[in-house]
Amino acid sequence: MQPIISINGLSKTYATGFHALKGIDLEIRRGEIFALLGPNGAGKTTLINIICGIVNLTAGSVTVDGHDIITDYRGARSIIGLVPQELHTDAFESVWATVNFSRGLFGKPKNPAHIEKVLRDLSLWDKKDSKIITLSGGMKRRVLIAKALSHEPDVLFLDEPTAGVDVVLRKGMWQVVRELRASGVTVILTTHYLEEAEEMADRVGVIDKGELVLVEDKAALMRKLGKKQLVLHLQDKLEAIPPALSNYRLSLSEDGRELTYSYDTQSERTGITDLLADLSRGGIRFNDLHTIQSSLEDIFVDLVKSDLVTPDLVTP
Amino acid sequence: MTMNFYAVRAIYVFEMARTGRTLWQSIVSPVISTSLYFVVFGAAMGANITEIGGIAYGAFIVPGLIMLMLLTQSTANASFGIYFPKFTGTIYELLSAPVSALEIALGYVGAAATKSIILGLIILATSWLFVPLKIAHPFWMLAFLVLTAFTFSIWADGFEKLQFIPMLIITPLTFLGGSFYSINVLPPFWQTVSLFNPVVYLVSGFRWSFYEVADVHVGVSLAVTALFLVACLAAVWWIFRTGYRLKS
Repeated sequence: MQPIISINGLSKTYATGFHALKGIDLEIRRGEIFALLGPNGAGKTTLINIICGIVNLTAGSVTVDGHDIITDYRGARSIIGLVPQELHTDAFESVWATVNFSRGLFGKPKNPAHIEKVLRDLSLWDKKDSKIITLSGGMKRRVLIAKALSHEPDVLFLDEPTAGVDVVLRKGMWQVVRELRASGVTVILTTHYLEEAEEMADRVGVIDKGELVLVEDKAALMRKLGKKQLVLHLQDKLEAIPPALSNYRLSLSEDGRELTYSYDTQSERTGITDLLADLSRGGIRFNDLHTIQSSLEDIFVDLVKSDLVTPDLVTP
Repeated sequence: MTMNFYAVRAIYVFEMARTGRTLWQSIVSPVISTSLYFVVFGAAMGANITEIGGIAYGAFIVPGLIMLMLLTQSTANASFGIYFPKFTGTIYELLSAPVSALEIALGYVGAAATKSIILGLIILATSWLFVPLKIAHPFWMLAFLVLTAFTFSIWADGFEKLQFIPMLIITPLTFLGGSFYSINVLPPFWQTVSLFNPVVYLVSGFRWSFYEVADVHVGVSLAVTALFLVACLAAVWWIFRTGYRLKS
């Protein structure tokens, strides 16, 4: 199926000379929830803002459902809903007025029934006549979501939707996003919270210093996440893995002193008991052991922090 | 592609609602300050000033007063309407919406101009309480009113300094543009200088529509005003097209 968003060679250099995005290539599949992860200043918001038309691109191209974001900006923007990271809201307008304003701005005729449904889904219906300034932060964020959904977009961008939102509300928003996906809306969300990506996303992309360092199905990532390793420090050096242990997923370190067993924590039988019994039977003794779990967090940190420890930083 | 008229309407309605909410600042305070001008210049001082061009001084300054309010209010309203979202950050929505520069300008300028026109008519009605007025050419009076309101509403969009522009540019231009006097009373040199002030043409044309008395020919007034409108439209179009100061 044709991707709903195609990003090709996208670069952005700000007037200050800051190189925010460096040749991003990315395709967003129709109907998926795509989580864009990355530390602060990685380029997540810049990427979203370019697609939505808030920031001008420096090089490359983006199409949204076949509409180029520059030459056919009307076609592209009219199917996009954006929930910005900051709580930018009007102050004195009512919830009802501001959400209807958004619908009109995006070129749709009035549809009170749709607006009512959006407000009810976001538990804002009883606040529809309240001035926005009187609402709590969590409610304001939901007003922004309502505005983004007012014109029935096919693509919804959520820039850090749950930053500073309490746990209950966060779960509520996840529910709303799931329902949107079920109705066919493609959702792209940025987040610092790995938990959020794990919970919600179909695919995960990691961006760092303006480069896309990883794009993978969450399921594949979770399989890595579900892998665990048992490392045995052997008393005596081994030249090779004994044939009696060839059924186990084992690897031997170069110096022959560490035996590593990979197993799946998700499966019913990890095989650890059998392995230890077989080792004992084969007369292989060990003086220490530890386990390693590679979490999405580790993958993430590895990816984005690997070049942080430069010699400059290490020297006292 | 066709115009996004829903967006124009949405912006217009939104801005008019803002006017409704701030009715006191929007309508009442300019009316009060105009009345004060009127009392001071027209009634108190005007009693000692002879007629200008066969018109009582009190009546002579009415078009000038309306223009003064029209120019300052149009500028303030439109610039506030566009730059306030920039300050609060809500401009993200405008920038991410499928709207063209022209549609944004139509919405904001239309609302600011509407408000100014209403204001001008209210001031006109207020003036009637002070002096007997006659309007020789009501159609042209309205034409100048509408044209001026639109021109200066557009002009406002290009500037960020909300108070600075009205105070430093518009108010001096209006005062020196023959709002309270005929430029014919000036020495020839200053008459020539005055002709570089676009407000002279607005006030003169507007006054002609009341009393058939003008400093410059009404045709010239109309042409300069229209030219000014086109130049301002081009400027605002350029601002939104390039994202100048709105977009990084």
